[in-house]
Amino acid sequence: MISPGRGPVPAAKTVTAPDQGSLPVLVARGLTKRYGHVTALDGTDLTLRRDEVLAVIGDNGAGKSTLIKCLSGAVVPDEGTIEVDGRRVAFRGPLDARAAGIETVYQHLAIAPARDIAANLYLGRELRRKGFAGWGLRLLDRKAMRANTRELLDSLGLLTIQSLDQAAETLSGGQRQGIAVARAAAFGSRVVIMDEPTAALGVKESRKVLDLILEIKNRGIPVILISHDMPHVFEVADRIHIQRLGRRIACVPTADITMPEAVALMTGASQPGPGHTQD
Amino acid sequence: MSTNQAIDDRGIRDADARGRRVGEPLTTPPPAPAARLQRLLHAHPLTGPALVLVLACVLFSLLIGPRFYQPANLSLVVQQVQIIGMVGVAQTLVILTAGIDLSVAAIMVFTTVVAARLAVGAGVPAALALLAGFAAGAACGAVNGLLVTRFRVPPFIATLGTLNVFGALTLLVSGSQTVRGADLPALFLWPGQTFSAFGADITYGSALVLVAFLFVAHVLRRTAWGEHVHVTGDTLEGARLSGIRTDRVLLSVYVIAGLICAVAGWFLIGRVGSVSPFSGENVNLSSITAVVIGGTSLFGGRGHVAGTLLGALIVGVFSNGLTLAGVDVLWQTFTIGVLVVAAVGVDQWTRRVGG
Repeated sequence: MISPGRGPVPAAKTVTAPDQGSLPVLVARGLTKRYGHVTALDGTDLTLRRDEVLAVIGDNGAGKSTLIKCLSGAVVPDEGTIEVDGRRVAFRGPLDARAAGIETVYQHLAIAPARDIAANLYLGRELRRKGFAGWGLRLLDRKAMRANTRELLDSLGLLTIQSLDQAAETLSGGQRQGIAVARAAAFGSRVVIMDEPTAALGVKESRKVLDLILEIKNRGIPVILISHDMPHVFEVADRIHIQRLGRRIACVPTADITMPEAVALMTGASQPGPGHTQD
Repeated sequence: MSTNQAIDDRGIRDADARGRRVGEPLTTPPPAPAARLQRLLHAHPLTGPALVLVLACVLFSLLIGPRFYQPANLSLVVQQVQIIGMVGVAQTLVILTAGIDLSVAAIMVFTTVVAARLAVGAGVPAALALLAGFAAGAACGAVNGLLVTRFRVPPFIATLGTLNVFGALTLLVSGSQTVRGADLPALFLWPGQTFSAFGADITYGSALVLVAFLFVAHVLRRTAWGEHVHVTGDTLEGARLSGIRTDRVLLSVYVIAGLICAVAGWFLIGRVGSVSPFSGENVNLSSITAVVIGGTSLFGGRGHVAGTLLGALIVGVFSNGLTLAGVDVLWQTFTIGVLVVAAVGVDQWTRRVGG
């Protein structure tokens, strides 16, 4: 959506109409990851379409987090391929994934508690001043970072007019989550991945995060949502990817499945039938 | 104290529970009266050390009179703390990354004997010998940095080891001999020369220490590198996931710290007037003391070199003032100890602002 070099400028992007013929944004095939004798991922597939929220659910040990780490570059898979917009990629680290336009909101947020809000939004990709002061003296453009941060938080409904000088640690858990989500929304140009974004939040704060997920989708960026919370998943997801024992056992439109059915598949109480896996 | 704290904690939790939610303005609720100081110290961490320094100066001025506050004596205080201050700059950089460098004094002394050996023993031109000393300091820092980043040795252990290694190398290079001032090139002794300003004789060394403070403070505050140093100390994993090359940041910090220590070594030669493998022994712990009293957190990520300058001056003022007042030396040690513990206590307290 926005080129990272320029920083977050919250321009509302026109939503492209869902095009059945268009390529999926992200395709993973046969991802395998072993840790010693433990096989965390056993040849799993994943397809993320344009303009959708894809929920990834699964029991503990199903390989959800390893799968997500492969997609966000934090883990390098032993086997398998990942394609972004039809192009093969091989992520060696989080930087590579970010360069490909994939932003991740980690469960532990990756927020620097002692830094202020603007600094946290630009963590690792701070804006420099124009001209020699920027590339020669490598000076930061804190003014622009602050102004952009204000604009971005405002456009996401996360701020009216308040101090951006305060340290992240003075914010509530929900506000910190808001900062992390805003960062992903600002810099994620192709895909935003969220790992259990509502796990530590109360009811009202979760509500806000779910709204943010839909807001990001409306801006034309597909979202992968990892969550344990079935009501949340069924509320915002367009399709549900069910992970079990290191493989994708089903991937169905949310409208075609009920919550008990999803839980039964996830826990192995029932077996997937034909038509349960659609790319 | 503990009652107040309990009230503070409750106040902050209530404020959270009352609903600073996502989506609502990022306002802070009106602070409970007792939390105000905590918030002030959290937002302006230099307030504490600045206040202590001013109070100490006022106290000793009243107690001792002109003998304390005359320019000549104040200039002496600055000269006495310049080495600790300069090494403190290096120590601040390392502590900001949540590390610690126990080898700073060893690096400093090692570089002086390298430079002196080259200039006096091998007849290398003074400026070249000095630069070789600086390079040796950076190399020592690189060893520390590689141990921490490449070999994942905790900084405390890595620098405890190199403290001994560099100390032994110092004895090896110097042959345990002191080089007298009369044998040293004039350039080596230049930082000890004085110029007149504000009615006092000020050494070039102490003036340059102030310049170094200003420069490093500027770099830490205004550059992307400075930002990354803070973030790396604040949240190592978060920094890594945000794409900051934390190993490179840490290595650069240790190398620059080594270089600063080498420059401090030059000032040390000027101050002492000779090169001895046994000088500067108390500088290690004193530099940590100055950093901690200056309000920089040993847990990394928060602090300021200006605080270290204040911390070094506080140590200098107390030592000087208590000496002039004729108080037994043991009370100097005692006072500094109390200040260190108090500073760490204040740090722990203010860090809980967010709850």
